[in-house]
Amino acid sequence: MDWFMMERWSPYVVGVGIGVLSWITFFLSDKPIGCSTAFSRTSGMLERLFRGDRVKEKAYYKKFSPEVDWEWMLVLGVFLGALISALLSGSFRIIWVPSRWESAFGPSFSLRWVVSLIGGVFLGFGARWAGGCTSGHGISGTLQLAVSSWLAAICFFIGGIFTALMLYRP
Amino acid sequence: MLRRVHEKKKLQLGIGFGAGILFGFLLQKGGVTNYDVILGQLLLTDFTVVKIMLSAMITGMVGVYLLRSLGLAALHPKPGSFGSTVIGGLLFGVGFGLLGYCPGTLAGAVGQGALDAFLGGIIGILIGTGLFAQFFPTLEKKILNKGFWGEVTWPELLRVNPWGLILPITLGISLLLFWIETSGR
Repeated sequence: MDWFMMERWSPYVVGVGIGVLSWITFFLSDKPIGCSTAFSRTSGMLERLFRGDRVKEKAYYKKFSPEVDWEWMLVLGVFLGALISALLSGSFRIIWVPSRWESAFGPSFSLRWVVSLIGGVFLGFGARWAGGCTSGHGISGTLQLAVSSWLAAICFFIGGIFTALMLYRP
Repeated sequence: MLRRVHEKKKLQLGIGFGAGILFGFLLQKGGVTNYDVILGQLLLTDFTVVKIMLSAMITGMVGVYLLRSLGLAALHPKPGSFGSTVIGGLLFGVGFGLLGYCPGTLAGAVGQGALDAFLGGIIGILIGTGLFAQFFPTLEKKILNKGFWGEVTWPELLRVNPWGLILPITLGISLLLFWIETSGR
């Protein structure tokens, strides 16, 4: 039980754990782990609340129907799993602005909020544009040796490293 | 393959949920649901993200290909094209750097109490995916299929036995991780 209450595990234990988890999802569900379509489906579900069933006629939602599916449940589980882990180790903390951000850009939540909102827009738009995210391409795709995923993962990091270096330029 | 299990819809939703709980638990224990850790990776000062991703990749690769050789699993490689994979990947990267979470770790960050993730990131990602659905017909016609190469894997592209790549890749990544470790990042 002590082990579950630790705040951090070795990255290799975590990585091997995620790898083994992918064996399980391929075997039991015939599915690779991925997270970004769940957000796409949620966005479609919210749009349906306002615009009704004609949202389902959009070409993209014919491919990814706005409903709860396996991957949607997975993302809900990620939220809960992280919550359980954080509560067990006592690392659950309500934070408005991350500490690294605060030491570079100050404690203003509105600035952090605007940048994270814009970042979220790019993240969602880019993930669906590339057909996957850091889990779907970056882990599940690369482990299947998919050419598209290796290239996508490299582009994620090129874009991310470039943006972070620009943001935190001295 | 467990076709009969795969077809049980409610059971599958439960398995997805259970797998998600384990995934979120592991991500949080690995520290990658923290903005500071992800930015440390993108600023190349803390290699936790790469250590987790690469060790997950080689572990997953060996097991999934073994299951496939035994006829117990099928691969689902995503299709790719220059227009979709490269441009989309770079746009994603910009978001990754600005937000400091990716879609999976974003959900985990909300779980450990990060309000920038919840009020900024989640709302942003829902707007971004909604915009993509809106522009999809135009993008598909004009950009997404440029330089299309389909659902190809490295062993198919190079016409070699998968194990002829898996073993050297596993060795190469292990050496890379060892090197990262000895250089103290």
